Amino acid sequence: MSQYAYLVPFWPLLGFLIIAFWANRHHQFAAKLATTMIGISWVMSLVILWETLHAEQPLEMTFTWMALPSMLTKAGWTLSMGVLVDPLSALMISFVTTVSLMVHIFSLGYMHGEKYFSRFFEFLNLFTFSMLGLVLVNNYFGLFIFWELVGLTSYLLIGFYYEKWTASQAAKKAFITTRTGDLGMAIGLLIMWTTAGTLQFNEVFAAVDSGVLSGTTLTVMALFLFGGAVGKSAQFPLHVWLPDAMEGPTPVSALIHAATMVVAGVYLVARSMPVYMASEAASMVVASIGLITALMAGSIGLVQNDIKRVLAYSTVSQLGYMIMALGLGSLFAGTFHMFTHAFFKALLFLGSGSVIHALHTNDIQEMGGLGRKMKITFWTWVIASLSIAGIPPLSGFWSKDEIVATAAHHPVFLVGTLVVAFMTAFYMFRLTFLVFFGEPRDHHKYDHAHESPLVMTGPLMFLAVLSVVAGFWGMPWLSHGFGHFITSGQGEHHTPSILLMAVATLVALCGIGLAYQMYYKKAWSPDALAARFQGLYRILYNKYYFDELYDVVFIRPYYVLCDLLWTFDMLVIDGLVNLAGWLGLAVAVMHNWFDKYIVDGLVNGSGYMFRGLGRSLRFVQSGRVQNYTFLVAFGLLLLVIVQIDLLTLLTRLFESTP
Amino acid sequence: MTLYQYLALATLVFCIGLFGVLTRRNAVAVLIAIELMFNSVNLLLVAFTRYISPDGLVGQLFAVFIIVIAAAETTVGMAIVLLVYRGFRGIQVDRIGFLKW
Repeated sequence: MSQYAYLVPFWPLLGFLIIAFWANRHHQFAAKLATTMIGISWVMSLVILWETLHAEQPLEMTFTWMALPSMLTKAGWTLSMGVLVDPLSALMISFVTTVSLMVHIFSLGYMHGEKYFSRFFEFLNLFTFSMLGLVLVNNYFGLFIFWELVGLTSYLLIGFYYEKWTASQAAKKAFITTRTGDLGMAIGLLIMWTTAGTLQFNEVFAAVDSGVLSGTTLTVMALFLFGGAVGKSAQFPLHVWLPDAMEGPTPVSALIHAATMVVAGVYLVARSMPVYMASEAASMVVASIGLITALMAGSIGLVQNDIKRVLAYSTVSQLGYMIMALGLGSLFAGTFHMFTHAFFKALLFLGSGSVIHALHTNDIQEMGGLGRKMKITFWTWVIASLSIAGIPPLSGFWSKDEIVATAAHHPVFLVGTLVVAFMTAFYMFRLTFLVFFGEPRDHHKYDHAHESPLVMTGPLMFLAVLSVVAGFWGMPWLSHGFGHFITSGQGEHHTPSILLMAVATLVALCGIGLAYQMYYKKAWSPDALAARFQGLYRILYNKYYFDELYDVVFIRPYYVLCDLLWTFDMLVIDGLVNLAGWLGLAVAVMHNWFDKYIVDGLVNGSGYMFRGLGRSLRFVQSGRVQNYTFLVAFGLLLLVIVQIDLLTLLTRLFESTP
Repeated sequence: MTLYQYLALATLVFCIGLFGVLTRRNAVAVLIAIELMFNSVNLLLVAFTRYISPDGLVGQLFAVFIIVIAAAETTVGMAIVLLVYRGFRGIQVDRIGFLKW
């Protein structure tokens, strides 16, 4: 089956095309078609994963896409395309299709009755296609193409409710912010192309191994490449788009922000591990950015009131975790957390979707006591929360343990990791207690709440099972577990440390306990705490003022620049154009005057002259015979008087000369 | 009587005829004046023949021709005058301006 891996992205693409061109008006058919297509991809990718588990070595299929004869200095170049099925891509396609399938099924219920029901599924299919292509392609160029496709489709999905001002703004923000990172990535690819002369994964890594690509060039290239990951994976300082992207429909948040688009950056770094391993400085930057992001986003998540925004910051924070683990050199920890996180974060997002579907509000201050009414949503939510908080033996515990173990050698990172773990546990259970426990704060909304239909709770339950069991694959005691698989059996097996596990679990329990005290028992008032640390609270509540900062630093100067350019256009460019127009007009006026008075004057003047002549001469023609006769007689008399000898004159005239 | 007396008489008659042509307003009177001028010419022809070549009759012959032609001419002229009278209810030559511009 692995040799047919290129068919995995093909099915969603087919679904997209059919819906886009033929089934746009058949909502139910379009939705079922899209879900079926993802289902086929899902089955295929599971088979591929199974085969890869037992495969000796990765399967790569390449063909020459473009070949050009010698252009500049090089003796021609070729651009190849192909499919790479190795443990990493097999893992990626399997969980991408799993989450995508669950989101599709969930959306059948959640989006029911939407005006643009079929368009939603159309975009979902296109998005899944882009993501699958991104992880399957075997070179950086193809990766970049699909990378941009993912960016485009995320824009379409975030701006799905484009009539809503905030949604369209959020879509633009996501698109432009990620594009900023992509610019860095493009520069990185250009450096790669000019130095190594290839964009194929294995050839680039070979160039790194052989030292063709090394030193400062390598570091700079790796950092530029990381720029793309920073944008896509919402890392500091380009994280601002992700929380705003919650304006999209909730299933979109689950798909984009849990399992697919945002892990594209993590995938990029994981895929380029040989590059980052070769540069100490680059990997240190990657790890630091990851930690900063994790701490910053986690702390913001502590105080937000929008259920989806809390989850969004949680996602950013967990992505920071993954990036940090990769930066610290552990492919195992980074990808394993990405794998488990996909399930429990998708579950959390879909669970929040179920809650929002029931209450029609995002504000956790208006929720409460829902555990009694929405049993399935409640229990799956608790499982996911325990998992993300890192309580054994759920999946989040095992992956987080790997990250802690990776960070154990660096004191700063170890402390940071534990702080993030504490914050994660706290804000997740703050949500849990506020939403599902206690007394309802808004009775009107509470009375109308009801459990969601099976089509929505089904995916929740399925993901809950995965959230529980997915972690066992990566238990540190297994000699042929996840770590062995993802690194193709090349080590990274460390002795499990019971102490670290205990510490991590204890930290998580502390976080849960604090949330329990504050929001369930109400032993400590959160309001009092907020009042006490007012400055800190305000900074966190306003997300460290990043939006305001960017507004002042980038957006406003940009507007000013636009204004300046506009003014320049208006005054100088338009002025020149108008001046040319005026000059042309002036010349035309002069020409007109010349034609009218000189040329026409000559023509008319000759006419006038002859008319005047005729007018004066016509008085001779009086029409009176007597006048004429008088003139004849007078003339004759004149001749007689001056004695002209007419006869002689005439005779002489006709005389032949002697 | 000498030739000069004949010539003087012929000139006088011619001038009277010319005067009549130029001054009379009645078309019939103009025709009559033209007849006068014809006759002065006839007189000249006869007088010159008598005094310059008395044996020939050339002058007399021409005079007879002219009398005949003058009669025909007067007939045509009178016909025109009649037609003009029908069209204009009058034969005053100064009023008949249809040759005018």
